Amino acid sequence: MNTRPTIALGAARVGFRGRIHAIDTESGGAGLPAGELERRLIELGFVEGANVELLHQGLFGGDPIAVRIANTTIGLRRREAMAILVSTEA
Amino acid sequence: MSDASPALPSPVIALVGNPNCGKTALFNALTGSRQKVANYPGVTVEKKVGPLVTPAGRPVRIVDLPGTYSLRARSPDEEITRDVVLGHAQKDVTPDLIVCVGDASNLRLALRLALELKQVGRPVMLSLNMMDIARRRGVEIDVDRLSREMGVPVVSSVAVRRGGTDALLAEIDRQIAKQQVSGISAWRAPDAGALRGAQREADRILAAVVRGPGDPDSLTSRVDKVLLHPVAGLIILLAILFVMFQAVFAWAEPGMEAIEVGFQWLGSLVEGLPLPELARSFLKDGLIGGVGAVIVFLPQIVILFFFILVLEDLGYMARAAFLMDRIMGGAGLHGRAFIPLLSSFACAIPGIMSTRVIDDRRDRLTTILVAPLMTCSARIPVYTLIIGAFIPAREVWGFVGLQGLVMFGLYAIGIAGALAVSFVVKRLVWQGQPGEPFMLELPDYKMPRARSLAIGLWTRAMAFLKRAGTTILAMMILIWLLASFPQPPAGATNPAIDYSFAAMIGSAIQPLTAPLGFNWQINVALIPGMAAREVAVGSLGTIYAISGGEEAAAQIGQVLSSQWSLATALAFLAWYVFAPQCASTLAVIRRETGGWTWMWVTFFYMLALAYIAALVTYQVSRALGAG
Repeated sequence: MNTRPTIALGAARVGFRGRIHAIDTESGGAGLPAGELERRLIELGFVEGANVELLHQGLFGGDPIAVRIANTTIGLRRREAMAILVSTEA
Repeated sequence: MSDASPALPSPVIALVGNPNCGKTALFNALTGSRQKVANYPGVTVEKKVGPLVTPAGRPVRIVDLPGTYSLRARSPDEEITRDVVLGHAQKDVTPDLIVCVGDASNLRLALRLALELKQVGRPVMLSLNMMDIARRRGVEIDVDRLSREMGVPVVSSVAVRRGGTDALLAEIDRQIAKQQVSGISAWRAPDAGALRGAQREADRILAAVVRGPGDPDSLTSRVDKVLLHPVAGLIILLAILFVMFQAVFAWAEPGMEAIEVGFQWLGSLVEGLPLPELARSFLKDGLIGGVGAVIVFLPQIVILFFFILVLEDLGYMARAAFLMDRIMGGAGLHGRAFIPLLSSFACAIPGIMSTRVIDDRRDRLTTILVAPLMTCSARIPVYTLIIGAFIPAREVWGFVGLQGLVMFGLYAIGIAGALAVSFVVKRLVWQGQPGEPFMLELPDYKMPRARSLAIGLWTRAMAFLKRAGTTILAMMILIWLLASFPQPPAGATNPAIDYSFAAMIGSAIQPLTAPLGFNWQINVALIPGMAAREVAVGSLGTIYAISGGEEAAAQIGQVLSSQWSLATALAFLAWYVFAPQCASTLAVIRRETGGWTWMWVTFFYMLALAYIAALVTYQVSRALGAG
């Protein structure tokens, strides 16, 4: 799956489907220390290999976004979703 | 422990689970109305404990803990869950058995939590809740295999059906009978690697034991296409709010009238008692009148909570926060602040209490600070009186009533003030540190259950009545004392209140309020108005020696319009938009923030805003010729 193009989930459009390739919280920007953001994302189920789909987005700036991951839907801001690197589905 | 005596406290069973797993419904099913809701000492987290006798006749106590994804606590709620589970909280809730509750159709995160709970060295079992919904959706779970893989007993439960908790109760009996000695906790806050590993393990187990559609709930997906639509979703949210406000004001009316009549009847009973005048006044004006003035809001609070609980049980609240996050973020508020601020339009007290859903302390404090600026229902009688007396009932632009417009304007000023304050707090106090991320599960929609709803309304109504019977009662007694003593000298011609401490205080602060155009009568009315804003209406009536209370509002209005200038009236309105005129709100802020600091911060910033607003209003109106 490394051969497929990787983008940040925070930059994806509504309807995007893909698989989590990595959680990279180092590039920062969020209101949390990198390690803390990573742990929170994992606690909500964002781990490598999981399938995600971007279902909805807000009116202003397309923020926040609602992401389907396995059987759960999570609402989060694009800023934090930038840490979730996804590759497009095969 | 063969020498177990009856004095030994009964075993404690703690319910732990993700938010939205149906844990509270399970708790309600197990304990019903026997549950007791209190606060953990020092913090504002609700401690919900309910007694239960198991099928084997063993008395146990069930503790419902705040929902969490991990024992790594982030909010005050989650800290309580961690401390109780680890046995660091009080002895009386140290669990002998941990029941990890998971939504059977959404077990992924629950299994990871269960794996973490296994490390704390106490007996753990897993209860697959809402099994009926999972089956209906075609989800099959190999419970035996799951139990083997997880290494803990697993049962399924349906909280909302009779007999749906039998298997859980039977297993609780078996586990408690074993009298397992709690081992030593091997739990340490997991790092990202450990969490990742645990989630992978949970995913592996899940793949091995669950058969069935991996696709999302189709009803939820279809409904969300509309309710989370960027434009339609916001319009529907506004429509829901509109209906809610209408209901809070319109539906509550008969109930409020009935309560008023009831308290008037009580008052008239006391009137007939052979008691000394002072004792009668204390019972009638102090106790019955004072407490009645607050209890009259019970119908509004019940209706408001009805809407909030229904929307919460449906799963809509998380979506409202999602829709509002960006809009409120512009003013430095968190998306989750939406619900508390909404509640504050009825009353700031439940509003401030519901800020507990906000994880981050700074976001929560900002919300608490601005919640009292939302126009609560207690301001309405005051606004109505002054507007009726001073604003002509004519139409502007051909179709809008001027009086209604002023009323709307007062609401708008309150909202604008709240947004401005939170904006300033964000920049100055928190110095623009990036706020807490917004990350929130949007649960599948579920039909609210009448029983859970009834229990939820009941516990909230009781909490409100209890407060009215303690804090507010004490405040009312104090104010009655101030307004009644010292007694007027023999042969006094003025109203008794003129000779009281209240009048002395009113005159003493006269120099301060003179630039606002306030006379001493207003000053006096502001003092009992501290207990409940709307009391100011009745107080003004008493002070201007008019018989009759609220029914005579029109009459008070006439007197006021002849005694006050328009500038004074407008300044009084401006004052009421901002002034911290509610002792119970301040008391709740003290309790919710765990100290005096934020209470005084709220008091002084609101006082300053009120003073400035009234000063500017009075001086500008006078300059424009309204003096």
